[in-house]
Amino acid sequence: MFTIRCPYCGERDQSEFSNGGEAHVARPKDPEQISDREWSEYVFIRANPKGIYYERWVHTHGCKKWFNAVRNTSTDEILKVYKMGEAPPPLKEFKNTIKTPSGEPDVGSGNFSVKKP
Amino acid sequence: MKKKYSIYSLVKNSLSDNQNWKKMWRNPEPRKFYDVIIVGGGGHGLGTAYYLAKEHGLKNIAVIEKGWLGGGNTGRNTTIIRSNYLWDESAHLYEHSLKLWENLSSELNYNIMFSQRGVLNLAHNEHDVKEIRRRVSANKLNGIDSEWVDPHQIKKLVPIMNTENCRYPVLGASYQPRAGVARHDAVAWGYAMRADELGVDIIQNCEVKKIRTAKGKVQGVETSKGFIRSNRVGVVASGHTSVLAATAGIKLPLQSKALQALVSEPIKPVINTVVMSNAVHAYVSQSDKGELVIGAGTDGYNSYTQRGGYNIIEDTIRAIVELYPIFGKMKMLRQWGGIVDITPDASPILSKCEVEGLYFNCGWGTGGFKATPGSANVFAHTIAKNKAHKINAPFSVDRFVSGRLVDEHGAAAVAH
Repeated sequence: MFTIRCPYCGERDQSEFSNGGEAHVARPKDPEQISDREWSEYVFIRANPKGIYYERWVHTHGCKKWFNAVRNTSTDEILKVYKMGEAPPPLKEFKNTIKTPSGEPDVGSGNFSVKKP
Repeated sequence: MKKKYSIYSLVKNSLSDNQNWKKMWRNPEPRKFYDVIIVGGGGHGLGTAYYLAKEHGLKNIAVIEKGWLGGGNTGRNTTIIRSNYLWDESAHLYEHSLKLWENLSSELNYNIMFSQRGVLNLAHNEHDVKEIRRRVSANKLNGIDSEWVDPHQIKKLVPIMNTENCRYPVLGASYQPRAGVARHDAVAWGYAMRADELGVDIIQNCEVKKIRTAKGKVQGVETSKGFIRSNRVGVVASGHTSVLAATAGIKLPLQSKALQALVSEPIKPVINTVVMSNAVHAYVSQSDKGELVIGAGTDGYNSYTQRGGYNIIEDTIRAIVELYPIFGKMKMLRQWGGIVDITPDASPILSKCEVEGLYFNCGWGTGGFKATPGSANVFAHTIAKNKAHKINAPFSVDRFVSGRLVDEHGAAAVAH
C-alpha cells in the first residue's frame, strides 16, 4: 500500500492505478527470423528483481494515461516517475541502501539483478 | 533414534512437566560437500529431502534455509488441500498429492491434523455454472471425487451462507468431499523430523547468496556460512526463486507478488467445510482453534515486501460479509503477506534446466500448499533420476518454448 505520483494528476493512492509490468520491453524487430526460445523470452520472460525495477503503470481511475516508474520492490518505495517515451533513468542514479522491511539481511538477496535498461 | 509419538509418550512426558521431549531435529554445521542441496526449508523443500532419503536412498543431503523452517509461505497460507483441477496434467499432480496427504500423518508418525472436511467452489453467474460443471465432469473422468451441488444442498452444508439476498447470488457449487485442510507448520515439522532421522542436514539461518556454476554444470552454493560444494542443487525458494536463478544466469517466467491472508478472533464452530469463491474472491474455513481463516488475493504489482495492500483485504472482507452476514461484526486478529511466484499459465515448474544438476520447483503461485507431498515426491524423483517423473513431465520449463502450457488461470477455481 503506497501512493504514486502520477505525472499528470499528482499524488494519488496506489489503488487508483493498475500495474502494466516491466517497462522498456521491445518487441523483436524480425519475429520470423528468431528462434522459438527467443520468441518465448519475449512473450513470457520478464524481469523480477528484488530491488530496483522499471515498470509501467496506468492511472485507471484517473486520467487513464500510462507512465513509467522506478520502484524498489523490496520496500515498494517509488524512486522516480517519468512519462512514456522518456529515456529510462540510469540504474546508477539509485542507491540501494534500504533494508527489507521483514528484516532480512541485504546480503545476497539479489538486489540490482535487473538487467540494464 | 526414531522419535515415536503415542498416548504413552504423551502421558510419560506430561508426568515430567513436558521438560524432557527430545529435540525434533539436529542443528548441524554445514559440511563441505553434499550429494544434493535443497535450497529452501519450507514444506516442499523438506519433503523433497525426505523422499530423496527415503525412496531414493540418498544419504548425504542438506536443506538450506535462510530463516527458520516453514517460516515462509508454508506458514503463511490458508492450508486448503484439494485436487479438483480442470486439466489432466494438474489433476494427476494434485491427486497424487492428495493421496499422499491421506496417509501422511501415519507415514510421518506425526499428526499433521489433516481434516477432510470438503471444499465448495461457488458459482455466482451462468458462466461460473457452466465452467464449474465442466470442471466437475473433467474431475470425474480423472477419478477425482467431485460433484455439482445446488443452492439447497449448499445451504445444508453451510447454513450460515447467504445464497439469495446478495449482489451475486449463489447458483451452485462444485463439492469435493475428500478435500480439506491441514496444520501447515506440522507439515514442515513432520517432514523435517523424519528427514533429519534419515540423515538429512537441516541448516537454518543460512542464506544462499549465489548458485555457482561452471561450464554449464552446477558447482555448489555460496551461503552466509561459506561455500558448500554439490553436483545437484534443487531450488525450492518460492517467491525468491527468480532471484536465485538469476545468480546462475537463468531467467524463469516468474513474477513475485504479495498474497495475503488473515484470521479472525476465535469463535465456536460455525462453518465445517472450506468455501471458496472465485468470482467474488473470498474463501474461508475455520481453524481448530475457532479462528476464521480468510484468503485474499494478490497485489497487482511485483513486490518482495511480505505485506500486501489494504484495499485487497477490503475487497475480500466485503465479499465475505456479503456471503456470511453473521461475520459482519467479527474482528480480525492477524494479517500477513507471503511472496508467491506466479507463472504465465498459473501452473508450477518442476523441472531440470539448461544448467546440469540444477533443478527448480517453483511457480506454485497462490496455491502450492495443497501440492506439498506430491510436489516433493515427484521432485525428489526428478533430482534422483535426473529425469522427470511422468506426473511432473508436463511441468517442464520448456513448455514456455514449445507452447504446451497447462493453463489453469481460469480453471483452477481460484483467481490468481
